[in-house]
Amino acid sequence: MQLLTSSIGRKIVMAITGQAMVLFAVIHLLGNSSIFGWLNGGINAYAEHLHSLPLPIIIGFRLALLALVCIHIWFGIQLTIENRGGRPRQYAVKSTQKATFASENMIWTGSLLGLFLVYHLLHFTFQVTSPETAALKNLVPLHDQMVPNVLGMVVAGFQNFFIAFIYAGAMVVLFLHLSHGIQSFFQTMGWSCDKSQPIIVKLGTLVALVLFLGYVTIPLTIFAGILKG
Amino acid sequence: MSDHHKTMTLTLIVWRQKGPNDPGKFETYTAKGITEHHSFLEMLDVVNEDLIKSGKEPICFDHDCREGICGMCSQVINGAPHGGQDRTTVCQLHMRKFKDGDTIYIEPWRARAFPIIKDLVVDRSALDTIVQAGAYVSCHTGGVPDGNAILIPKPAADESMDAAECVGCGACVAGCPNGAAMLFTGAKVSQFAVLPQGKPEAAARVKNLVDAMASCGFGNCTNHYECQVACPKGINVKFIARMNREFLKAQFV
Repeated sequence: MQLLTSSIGRKIVMAITGQAMVLFAVIHLLGNSSIFGWLNGGINAYAEHLHSLPLPIIIGFRLALLALVCIHIWFGIQLTIENRGGRPRQYAVKSTQKATFASENMIWTGSLLGLFLVYHLLHFTFQVTSPETAALKNLVPLHDQMVPNVLGMVVAGFQNFFIAFIYAGAMVVLFLHLSHGIQSFFQTMGWSCDKSQPIIVKLGTLVALVLFLGYVTIPLTIFAGILKG
Repeated sequence: MSDHHKTMTLTLIVWRQKGPNDPGKFETYTAKGITEHHSFLEMLDVVNEDLIKSGKEPICFDHDCREGICGMCSQVINGAPHGGQDRTTVCQLHMRKFKDGDTIYIEPWRARAFPIIKDLVVDRSALDTIVQAGAYVSCHTGGVPDGNAILIPKPAADESMDAAECVGCGACVAGCPNGAAMLFTGAKVSQFAVLPQGKPEAAARVKNLVDAMASCGFGNCTNHYECQVACPKGINVKFIARMNREFLKAQFV
């Protein structure tokens, strides 16, 4: 199967898994933005809605996301190791013209995002890093029922400087990773030409910037005391 | 002395390697009496004459036509393949681009797939291996057809010619941090894929060429686009996108 063994095939798999994760990041941000109150009941209502979905859907979705992450990381490491071998000796003078900090450090921004993802899941999904504010243990009333206090957990988390700093920093890394990753997707899939390619590069960076600003607003407004529990 | 005969003195830091298994090292030379009209290769000729006169081994470098069309010259100058001037091979790079007293680093193409033979000369036969894997049309196209018997739209003909401008110098590989040959191979795939004569074998061609790239030891593309900057013929990375597209299509036919 040339898709899983060849250079271009594995890159296409990386591009598709990566882009699926970008789509997830967009939807995740839309959901998170309910913390600003546009949804009746806020983020607690949103979280309750997600958790009231049928269990097979929740488990299936989580397994699919896990598979995307694992495939993306596996091929990412494999291709990077191969690429490092492609030029065994570097030039004495380095003169890069079009390569960027983001494009040259995808493996490192990706690794940092992987570490962040583990912390993020332990923090907000499994709720083991800050157990005293865990939403599952602190129920609050919402529309005649008791639901986990996600808002309280998020606000308590981001009032802590170090936690807010880790999240904001991770979003800078996400911006770097996606500023190269989104445009790369179109090139790798072959969906670009000489006219569209420079526009795709700019639009990709713009989408990465919008995601960065959207995500980083939550810890920043909470830490600044603008958004309260 | 008039301005026309003003000469430059340059410091060259050149990669010297006796053979494929020699570790190699940089040596420093002084290039004297260089005018702005010398091409880069002529400047090296002057240095080599001095080396020969003083009984030393001259610097080995590849060259042939010296008019920018054969793709033989191959030097990385101050980190840039062919010296970094837009659409220029080393032989067409002139010393007017440099100043008196400049220090210039000269290195060979560096890529796993291009082993060094001696000094600045590398073995680029891996590019030939890629061509041999199918960058040609083998189906019978008959005798010479009447004019306009095979209709080819002007944009398709232009696209094919743009890809066929590649002279196979390997600067794209030298410029790529991964030592990938995607721009070269993309150009080969594209120059045939857009023409009716190339279409029957398009799927097999792209599959075979992609496999040949890997077996020759080239790296993978990470979309840095350094290759496009390095290319003396201005081959665009759109041909890499086209190869990716052709590759994806070939998986389903």
